Amino acid sequence: MTHAEPHQKQRLAFVLWGPRTAGLLVLLFLGLILEVLVASGIADPSIVAAPSEMLMSLERLFTKDNLGAAFLITLAQALSATLLAMLIGLPLGWTLFRYEVLGRAYRGWLAAMFAAPLVLLYPLFLVIIGRNYGTTITMGVITGSIPVALYTCEALHKVSPTLLKVGAAFNLTAKQTFTLIQVPAAVPDAFTGIRLGLIYALVNIIGIEFLIDFGGLGRVVSTMFFRYDIPGMYAAIFFIILISLLFLTVLKKVERWLRPV
Amino acid sequence: MAQTGMNPRLRRQVLTLQVLTPVVLVILWELIARSGLLYEGVVPTILEVASAFWNEVSSPELYHHFGVTLMELFGGFTIATLIGVVTGIALGSRPFVSSVADPFLSSLATTPKIIFLPVVMLIFGIGPESKVALGALGGFFPIALSTMSGTLNVRPVLVDVGKALNLTRWQMLVKIYLPSLVGPIIRGMRLGLGVTIIAILLGEIKLSNAGLGFLAIEYYNTFHIASMYSILIIIFLTALSINAVMSYISQRFDRA
Repeated sequence: MTHAEPHQKQRLAFVLWGPRTAGLLVLLFLGLILEVLVASGIADPSIVAAPSEMLMSLERLFTKDNLGAAFLITLAQALSATLLAMLIGLPLGWTLFRYEVLGRAYRGWLAAMFAAPLVLLYPLFLVIIGRNYGTTITMGVITGSIPVALYTCEALHKVSPTLLKVGAAFNLTAKQTFTLIQVPAAVPDAFTGIRLGLIYALVNIIGIEFLIDFGGLGRVVSTMFFRYDIPGMYAAIFFIILISLLFLTVLKKVERWLRPV
Repeated sequence: MAQTGMNPRLRRQVLTLQVLTPVVLVILWELIARSGLLYEGVVPTILEVASAFWNEVSSPELYHHFGVTLMELFGGFTIATLIGVVTGIALGSRPFVSSVADPFLSSLATTPKIIFLPVVMLIFGIGPESKVALGALGGFFPIALSTMSGTLNVRPVLVDVGKALNLTRWQMLVKIYLPSLVGPIIRGMRLGLGVTIIAILLGEIKLSNAGLGFLAIEYYNTFHIASMYSILIIIFLTALSINAVMSYISQRFDRA
């Protein structure tokens, strides 16, 4: 072992754990300040919940208000919507790549739709499908399939010409080139689209659940608000932020794993 | 649009597709509306939607609601930009602080902003103030994240030159950081504007007494479906126009 190794390990530990520990400490400090502000009456408890009360409410939400079941309902909807978005987006992305005329005609439109406030279409689906899971999942599919298609098309366009030339040198058929070269090379970038699709689907589903007071996590926040259960409402919001953080972390890790350095 | 470098035949085919697609969609819509497959009134005919659209644009009431939404958008977006830029620079100028803040900002950025509506309503009530606050909250994260990333990527040589010249903090900000941050700030503003629009309209839909979102959901509740469709069309045209202007500005700064 060289002298430099322990020093490098320390630096690595600082880089890995330093910001995380500092982040947790900042969060604890802010929580403590809020607790004191509420306890001293400076912050109105009818507007802001004390963190201790919020954490206790979280337990109550799980035991009495079925927060666990609500999470599973939202998760099931988000996963179904993402799966359907992949079933639509992946072939659509390939089609836009494969047929130049279609790609040239519709890629710009898809990009414009990606930037459009599609979630505002939900009243339209409420009218057509009704106030049920069909509407929430449909909105998830619509918002999720666009990034999947765009990033799949982009990923196939970005496949290195050198790899394609190697395939040609080995006399691969078009099908072999697609399955052995294009698909594996496109996976990392296409996964970015799937990651975005899942996040968009999840965000939109929770948002619509809140708006129509139906389904999983979004409904819990709405119910707590209309019940004027302030600690419960903050606890539900806190739980949704935790879920977002968890999703983001896991998906980024998978994306990093798929992307060779 | 990426139509450059196309041969004339391909260009003609692309143009034909782009013209024919909306026509086919309109015909499909009309066929579904007249098919009787769906409950009556759920999908109105194109003529009914066009008539409702005309009634809306000729009514002074629309402009009142339109004005409320625009005012909320202006307020929310201005606050989001000011706080987002200041926060982004403050966090980005210290790499350790930015690495502490990044996971929190990123996870809050991907959280649906509409769930914060109860919090802002408890503080500001159900009037336009709560929509302004929600819009500001929505727009803040993309602007702060983009500014923070831009600040982290300011060329170190420029920062070193500033330090060598003993510039004050204010001079560093005005002479070194801000000129390098115009691009990231504008890109963040473009993303933030989209989120602000969505947050404000969803806030109006959930609980409000004025604004385009309120009008759309009011028509839904009273089953004036053609009018609801026409308001949605107005909302989309407005959002797409604002986004197009912002994209144009963003592209100009990217080229500069």
